[in-house]
Amino acid sequence: MKTPLPAAVAFAALLTLAATLPARTSDGATPETRIGIEHFVFLPSALTVQAGTKVTWINRDEEIHTVTSAAGAFASPALEKGETFSYTFAAPGAYSYFCALHPHMKSTITVQ
Amino acid sequence: MDRRGFLECMAWVGTGVVWTSAGGVLSSRTLAHAGEASAGGDFSFVQISDTHIGFKGEANKDVTRTLQEALTTINALPKPPAFILHTGDLTHAQKPGAFDSVAELLKTVKTERVFYVPGENDVFLDGGKEYLGRYGKGTAGGRGWQSFDYRGVHFVGLVNVLTYKADGLGSLGPEQLEWLEDDVRALPSSTPIVVFTHVPLWAVFPTWGWATGDSEQALGYLRRFGSVTVLNGHIHQVLQKVEGNVLFHTAMSTAFPQPAPGTAPGPGPMKVPEDRLRGVLGLREVAYVQGRSALAVVDRPLA
Repeated sequence: MKTPLPAAVAFAALLTLAATLPARTSDGATPETRIGIEHFVFLPSALTVQAGTKVTWINRDEEIHTVTSAAGAFASPALEKGETFSYTFAAPGAYSYFCALHPHMKSTITVQ
Repeated sequence: MDRRGFLECMAWVGTGVVWTSAGGVLSSRTLAHAGEASAGGDFSFVQISDTHIGFKGEANKDVTRTLQEALTTINALPKPPAFILHTGDLTHAQKPGAFDSVAELLKTVKTERVFYVPGENDVFLDGGKEYLGRYGKGTAGGRGWQSFDYRGVHFVGLVNVLTYKADGLGSLGPEQLEWLEDDVRALPSSTPIVVFTHVPLWAVFPTWGWATGDSEQALGYLRRFGSVTVLNGHIHQVLQKVEGNVLFHTAMSTAFPQPAPGTAPGPGPMKVPEDRLRGVLGLREVAYVQGRSALAVVDRPLA
């Protein structure tokens, strides 16, 4: 009899993969990924995505934060706890961004 | 300091001691004595900071009330302050209506005038448009920075939140630095200088952005003066530093405290037990006594 363990491990690995990589759906819909804002840090702090990926930030802090592109490519409004902001990265390049209220909070998204 | 002075100082620790510094030697007097000394060209003013009107978090459910309490404390002073300096973050993240509420609340305070500098919370959404629309009049080119003289003391209000750079620190910018150099050029070195601004002009904790990137250049124009007092907000706690003739004082907020540098994963509103909140919020009274080189600074908690 086949033990169920390898299947479970494979499934868990798939889940992990799905959580860390932008998943391109079979029908060609926009790939998506998420970034959390927690304890004044963007997590993950640096991220590489494929061109066309929609990135969604969610603020998990009590404090208000923003997602503001250093070069002016995008700028969120003030995000309260639980609020999100999304931006779709069409063109390849390195996009550095910060929180306009707490500018020591910095991160970069590399679009391939 | 004699034995009696020392005992008075001990008795007043935590409730309000006037510290004065002459030639680097600290001495102290109680508030009552400071009041007695005021005569002639002497005057006092008050600094309030980080009122964060619009904030609705766990750290303080009613920031309007704690600001009102601060204003009540000011109105109960034996001698009304000549003016008030508000060192920024009037609003919390430019919440709709917050600037109006601040203006309404400050109408009730007994003083001749309130001077403002912005915090990042007042300008981050619109680059300072609303703030400067309200408070830019009479400032240098309407850009928010300004100076004035009061009874022989030269006051300079600096703006260090309009051009945050990639280093995450406050910044004055070349235009303002040039203005500052011009502004103080003709003053004799004996003129007492008071600088008020939002983000600290010394590197309190750059990791959290608690510093101003180009502050050294500004301080370079001021070091020749015999007495320079720098008052700021932003970090919501009292810290002091002496560098030659320059005394730095960060102020309490009237809204909520923040952790001491490096003691938490990040800065931000800090929840303290309800019965301790008014011990970490407050205002600052500053007295100038003619003939003394340093100004007397008193930090007063709300309770």
